[in-house]
Amino acid sequence: MQHDTRRPFAQARALVRQLHDLGNVCAPATVLASILEGIGQRDAYTLCTSPIGPVYVAYNGLGISAVMAAVSATEFEQAFRARFKRSLRQVETLPAALAHMWQQQWSGKRRPVSRVDLRGISEFERAVLHKAREVPRGEMRPYAWIAREIGHPQAVRAVGTALRRNPVPLLIPCHRIGKSDGRIGNYAFGSAAKHAILTTEGVDVNALEHLAHAGVRYHGSDTTRIYCFPTCRHARRISARHRVSFRSETAATAAGYRPCAVCRPALAA
Amino acid sequence: MHEQELPTALAGDLDNNFARLVEIYQDRLYAFSLRLSGNPQDAEEITVDALVRAYQALTRYEGERIQALALRPWLYQITLNVFRNRVRGQRLQLVSQHLTEETAALHVADEEASRPDALLERAELRETLATLIAELPERERVAVVLRHIQGSGYNEIAGLLRQPVGTVKAHVHRGMRRLREALHTHAEWRETDAT
Repeated sequence: MQHDTRRPFAQARALVRQLHDLGNVCAPATVLASILEGIGQRDAYTLCTSPIGPVYVAYNGLGISAVMAAVSATEFEQAFRARFKRSLRQVETLPAALAHMWQQQWSGKRRPVSRVDLRGISEFERAVLHKAREVPRGEMRPYAWIAREIGHPQAVRAVGTALRRNPVPLLIPCHRIGKSDGRIGNYAFGSAAKHAILTTEGVDVNALEHLAHAGVRYHGSDTTRIYCFPTCRHARRISARHRVSFRSETAATAAGYRPCAVCRPALAA
Repeated sequence: MHEQELPTALAGDLDNNFARLVEIYQDRLYAFSLRLSGNPQDAEEITVDALVRAYQALTRYEGERIQALALRPWLYQITLNVFRNRVRGQRLQLVSQHLTEETAALHVADEEASRPDALLERAELRETLATLIAELPERERVAVVLRHIQGSGYNEIAGLLRQPVGTVKAHVHRGMRRLREALHTHAEWRETDAT
């Protein structure tokens, strides 16, 4: 081209100017929000399906930060801001990794891993929630069991309070913790929801309530002379012929039984 | 707060000042990612990923180290690493795969037939140039983008790429020559078509 060969410097200068112009772009408005979410200063949330129906799930770069039932997105946002003091925005779906993690919770194949954000809770509450996480699917433990396991045997009521404040119910299975007398007790999403989620996990809630009514707290095997919580995997495989019921630790001990080392209904002597 | 005061502020209170760092640098890092990747969606993800990594690194640094940090080249370096990791993992759809030089030229010719106004031509040129940059060999592309789009000095570029200044200059020069040649053939094609 004629003008190209005649004006090479002008051409080069024009190219530099045009290149400089390519730097004049603004980052999309979502960048700042995404970064603050990534470092845990803000959250995003969406509505997810669960065994107890749709629940609101909030997350940030540290993991899932809240699981709540609410009648509307607005109500959820208000509750979230009031408790966590962070802003949040609604998104279409969970990011792929978290969506996969969420699905894994209900598959029942293996013990699911969950990345959760537990900042802003006390050491005691953290200990309670970590202990609750150890209870396997399909089993239950009493509040008093957690209190004893974390070294605060007198703090049974505080354990109940800590579980009620669980920011991520369903993921940290506070529904697997019940009353010492064997009744399933209260739940953040209501007793009916607790009944439902325990049933989907394979707990025979009606049978448990029946045992509680009859005053039975432990099952033992007359062949091994070991006693367990009724939902312990080792208690469930005792055949009816060999199953023995106990109303208290003292009764079991008096009969010459020792506590199970897996569900630990009492400290092993 | 100005750019120069930022390292001291970050060393004092990282959590309260990091949003300011994002506000100051996000446009530059987004432009950098956009011109390297040639794709707005990838650019956004690279920018977010890079700044989250920067925050995580800062949480591990001592206050003195943060204060001594040259933020701009350091952030470009992190962004470049994130970009390279994605290319290696083939998570990036490079521009050349869906918009070759040839189809870009055809696209321009179609549009031109309907309305050849100056503003549109300028937008077209911008788009063409962006495509051509995304098609440069990576080391030339990085050098040209840092030098002429981001406006960094050769010493700063050499430092952040850990290359001798002469090497950087050579890459910028070769990249610019390639761009001029590509634009030249492009203009030629357009003129022959117009007649």
